[in-house]
Amino acid sequence: MKRWLEPLATAWVGVATHKLRSFLTILGIVIGVAAVISLMSIGRGAEARIISNIESMGSDLITISPGARTWGGVRSATGSVQILTQQDAEAIAEQVAYVDLVAPTYSTSLQLVVGGENMNSQVTGVPPEYQEIQNLEVAYGTFFSDYEYQRGAKVVVLGSEVKETLFGDADPIGQQMRMGTNIVRVIGVLASKEAMFGSPDDAIFIPLTAMQQMVAQPRTAQGERVVSSIALTVSDEEQADYVVEEITSLLRTRHQLGPLDDDDFSVMSMEELASTLSEAIGTMTLLLGAIAAISLLVGGIGVMNIMLVSVLERTREIGIRKALGARERDIWTQFLIEAAFLTLAGGIIGVILGWVASYLVSSTGLITTVVTTDIVILAVSVSVGIGLFFGFYPAWNASRLNPIEALRSE
Amino acid sequence: MIKLQDMTKVYPMGKRELTVLRGISLVIEKGELVAIMGPSGSGKSTMLNLIGCLDKPTSGNYYLEDREVSRLSSDELAQIRGQKIGFIFQTFNLLPRLSALANVELGMRYAGGVDRQRAMEALTSVGLSDRANHRPTELSGGEQQRVAIARAIAKKPPLILADEPTGNLDSRSGEEIISILTSLHAEQGITLLMVTHNANIAHHCQRIIHLMDGQIESEEKV
Repeated sequence: MKRWLEPLATAWVGVATHKLRSFLTILGIVIGVAAVISLMSIGRGAEARIISNIESMGSDLITISPGARTWGGVRSATGSVQILTQQDAEAIAEQVAYVDLVAPTYSTSLQLVVGGENMNSQVTGVPPEYQEIQNLEVAYGTFFSDYEYQRGAKVVVLGSEVKETLFGDADPIGQQMRMGTNIVRVIGVLASKEAMFGSPDDAIFIPLTAMQQMVAQPRTAQGERVVSSIALTVSDEEQADYVVEEITSLLRTRHQLGPLDDDDFSVMSMEELASTLSEAIGTMTLLLGAIAAISLLVGGIGVMNIMLVSVLERTREIGIRKALGARERDIWTQFLIEAAFLTLAGGIIGVILGWVASYLVSSTGLITTVVTTDIVILAVSVSVGIGLFFGFYPAWNASRLNPIEALRSE
Repeated sequence: MIKLQDMTKVYPMGKRELTVLRGISLVIEKGELVAIMGPSGSGKSTMLNLIGCLDKPTSGNYYLEDREVSRLSSDELAQIRGQKIGFIFQTFNLLPRLSALANVELGMRYAGGVDRQRAMEALTSVGLSDRANHRPTELSGGEQQRVAIARAIAKKPPLILADEPTGNLDSRSGEEIISILTSLHAEQGITLLMVTHNANIAHHCQRIIHLMDGQIESEEKV
C-alpha cells in the first residue's frame, strides 16, 4: 500500500466500525450543506431569472426619467423644476454618439369606455420606434406606423391584460373605444410578456402626436413640451456607460445646472439596473446562506463531540500505536483525517440532498434553481474545513496521551 | 546494547512522591536473553518501560546502543521505539478490528514502512501463516500472543521486551510462546528482556535479575 494511503485506510476503518454513529455524526453536516446548497441555488435562480427578464427588455436599453434617482441615495429636490422635454430627446438623438433610437414618452391617466366596460387607465403616447426599443411583440393586428404617427392617427395598441379586461375573448381589432373625450380605434394587441417591472401587459400605447391632440401636454417656461420619460437604445452595448455619461452632461447643460446642483433627472441603463438588482439579490442569497451555515457550525460541534468520545474509547489503541513507534504527528494526522473524512462524506451527501431539494423546487415551476459548481466546491471545502477545525482539538488530545497510561486503560 | 547508570524513577502522587526505582545500574550485552523477576511493586514494569523508551527516568543515564536516550523528546523516543524495540505485552494488545496480518503490518508502519512479504514471513515463523486473515477475536490466547510476537519481530528490531508474555496464557500455550521466543533468540541473535513471575520460564534465560523495592537485589546466571 502506498505510504500516504495508509492513514486514509486507517481513517476508513475508524469510520466504518461505527456506521450508525458515524452517520448520526455527519447528519448535522449533511443538513447544513444541503440547506446551504438549496438556499444558494434558489437565490442564484432568482438572480438568473431577473437578469433574463431584464435582458428580454433589451440590455441595450437606457431610460431617462425626471427627478433624482430614488435608489442608492436620498431622493432630493422633488417638485422642483425637474423636467424632461421632447427637445431634450431630440438633442440626445443629435448630439450623443452610439445612440440608436430615441423615444420620448408621455403618460397620463384617461377614462376608457368599451360597451359596458369602463376603466381608468394609464395611457402612454409613444413614437413608433418605441416598439423596437422595448422589444414589444404584437400578438395580432399591428403596431402603428410612421405614417399614422406623422398624421396623429387616433389608433391604440393594447397590452394583453387590458385587452382581456375590455374585450374578453372578442376580437378587438378594428373596434372603437372611448378614450377621454375622443374615439380611438384598436389596431393591435401586444403579446403577453413576463417582466418584473413595467410589464407591457397593462399598457395602452397611442401615437405621441395623437396624444398631444387629445390632452394638453404641459410645457416648460421655455415652451418645450414636457415628457414623462425618454427611452433609447445604444448601437453598441459596450458603450452604454459612455452614453450614460454623455447624456448626463448634455442634460445638465441643457437644464442649466450648476456644478453643485444634483441631477434633476436619472439615467439608468438596463445593464446598470441588472447589476444593481443582482447585487441586491446576491446579498439576500448570502444572508440565507449564512443562516444555513450556522447549522454547519452546529454540525461541526457534533463532530468534535464524537471525536472526543472516539479518542477516549480508543485510548488503548493510541497507546499501542505509540508503543509501536507512532509519533505525535502520526496520531494527530490519523484523527484529523478521520474527522475530515467524516465531514467530507457529510458534505458530499449534503450536496446530493441539496441538489435534489433544489431540483424539487425547480419542478414546482415557481422558480428555476441553479446549482453552480462554485457553491458545490465551497460547501464541500467548508465541510472539510469544519472537520479539520473541530477535529483539531480531539486529535491534539489523542496525540498528547502518555503511552504507558494509554496502554493501561481498558 | 543496554547500559543503565544509577537510574531512578519518582512519580509525583499528589503532595507526596512515590519512588519506584532507587538507582538501577545494569549492563546487558547484545544477544543476551535476560529475565527480570520480582514481587509486585518491585519496579519490574517501570524498569521495562524505561528500557523500552516509553518513559523517561527521573535521574540517571540510559545508553541504548551507546546513545544516551534518557533526555530525548517524546517524538525522538517514538522513533527509537519504532526502529529499535519490539514489545510483547501480557495482554497481547492487538487491535481487534484488524486481521492478524494487518496487526503485524501495523508494527512496521511506524518503523520505515509496511512490507507485506516480511509480515507474512513473520507470521510463518510463529506458525500462523494459515491464520493471517483472522481477527484477534477469532484466535486463541496463545495464537494472539504469537501474532504479537510476529508484530514485534517483523521490523527486525535489535531489542525485544516482553512484559509477562505468558501471564494470561495456560501453561501449554505459555511453553509454546517461550519456546518460540528462545528459538528466535537462538536463531536470530535478538537481545531479549523478559519480565516474568514464573521461575520455570526464567530458567530458560541465560541470566536472571531479581528486583526488590526498586533495587537490584541479586543476579544469577543460569
